[in-house]
Amino acid sequence: MGFLDTLLGRTKPVPPKLDDLFAVPTAAITLQAAMGLVPTGTGSVCFRAAEGRAFSDIEKDVRELLSMGSEAPQVEVTNDSYGFTWLVCRHSADDVGALVTDLHAVNSSLVDGGFGPQLLCTLVSFRNESGRRLGIVYLYKRGTFYPFAPLGDERRDNALELQVRGAVGADLKIEADLSRWFPVWGAPGL
Amino acid sequence: MAKTRYAPDRGLTTRMTLTMFLLGLVFVAFVIALIYLLGAFGVGSGAIAFFAIALGLGLTVGSFFYSDKIALSAARAVEVGPQDGPMAAKVHGIVDRLCALADMPKPRVAIARSPMPNAFATGRNAKKAVLCVTTSLMDGRLDDRELEGVIAHEMSHVAHKDVAVMTIASFLGIIAGLLVRFAFYGQLFGGGGRSNNDNNGGGAIVLLAMLAVGIVVYAVSFLLIRLLSRYRELAADRAGALLTGQPSALASALTKVSGEIARIPQKDLRAAEPLNAFYFAPALSGKAGASLATLFSTHPSLERRLQQLSEISEQLAK
Repeated sequence: MGFLDTLLGRTKPVPPKLDDLFAVPTAAITLQAAMGLVPTGTGSVCFRAAEGRAFSDIEKDVRELLSMGSEAPQVEVTNDSYGFTWLVCRHSADDVGALVTDLHAVNSSLVDGGFGPQLLCTLVSFRNESGRRLGIVYLYKRGTFYPFAPLGDERRDNALELQVRGAVGADLKIEADLSRWFPVWGAPGL
Repeated sequence: MAKTRYAPDRGLTTRMTLTMFLLGLVFVAFVIALIYLLGAFGVGSGAIAFFAIALGLGLTVGSFFYSDKIALSAARAVEVGPQDGPMAAKVHGIVDRLCALADMPKPRVAIARSPMPNAFATGRNAKKAVLCVTTSLMDGRLDDRELEGVIAHEMSHVAHKDVAVMTIASFLGIIAGLLVRFAFYGQLFGGGGRSNNDNNGGGAIVLLAMLAVGIVVYAVSFLLIRLLSRYRELAADRAGALLTGQPSALASALTKVSGEIARIPQKDLRAAEPLNAFYFAPALSGKAGASLATLFSTHPSLERRLQQLSEISEQLAK
């Protein structure tokens, strides 16, 4: 925010950065090879629904668009306890590319409708053989990723997260500011 | 580029610019008047002006750098981490998400035990910022969306650096106020005696003139600062409502919180009044007449704030 905006108390809503999301399929291969973490085929987009007709119309369009696709992916809508909406897309586990394309379709619909600033994050989930869960979270406003590994009971596995950071650091733009790795407890699809 | 639903309010921007311009103008006039007075009557009383400015500067710098500590200890607030109980976890969760939505660094979070449902943000920049909510704001009176609206409003204050802006704006008023006080005491205790030592004997006149200039400047700057504060509140309401996309939730939180505050006993209210400038909703004890209260208030009237929020709501639904 510039000096003048501060002086005049104007906040410009931050537009989301969308394109970096397409780096996820490459990172998925790395994660599988290096750490045995396999994509579950589930991904979700989290956004803050705005009130009013305009937003609910767009939300409806997005849902129809996704459920009309040729492979007919399953789309599920849930609201979390913070009032954010999660659109969960399910694909087969080996097709991360198609999953990311679907997630991108949600994003561009919201941006085209003028609601880009409402996008919060997107989450692609992974799992290893022993059942450890990991989410790769993409922050739209920063255009960066961070790993989130919940242990249940609102604790997170920081060691695993830092290990993942090292593994996929070359593939993804990892958020450098650790204080922005906010936990998404109870994120659907994780 | 897709269309934007987040157009800035040009009217508000213009009014705020004008207020700050007038404040600057008063400051320049004040300095010129002081120089003129001291030049015309000799610098015998220059020490008073010098002390007023030095002390005013010290107070302003002090409150600029320690605003977070001062406000937190005045509100008896305790800083909390995300693990410190369900209340703290909830506030941290909301703040985390709003920070990610607004792309801003996370402020620290504090909770104050108070029967008044309210919230404030303090700290001179985003890194030093502390967001404080009172326990009674969290006790279930507000639903989660309303609570989020209140927190988004406070985070907009942080983003707009309102503590820094208002501290600098108050500088003028502080100096003028100190000058009035010093000149008044000078007049009482030293004016007559010292004027004999001055070559032109103008000491008493200078003090009187300073008193007059100080009073005028203080009065004008007081009104302008209050006006500026009200515009900053409207700007924070606006930014907060656009951040969550839920202007109506903020509106209903405002209605509830204002109603609750008006019902709290007087004694608590007076104890909290000095902190008003930073609060989400003002705790005025409602003594003065309506028009005078509007002019002196740090916050816009509830009607004005609700009106703006319903305009934003319409804008979002288009």
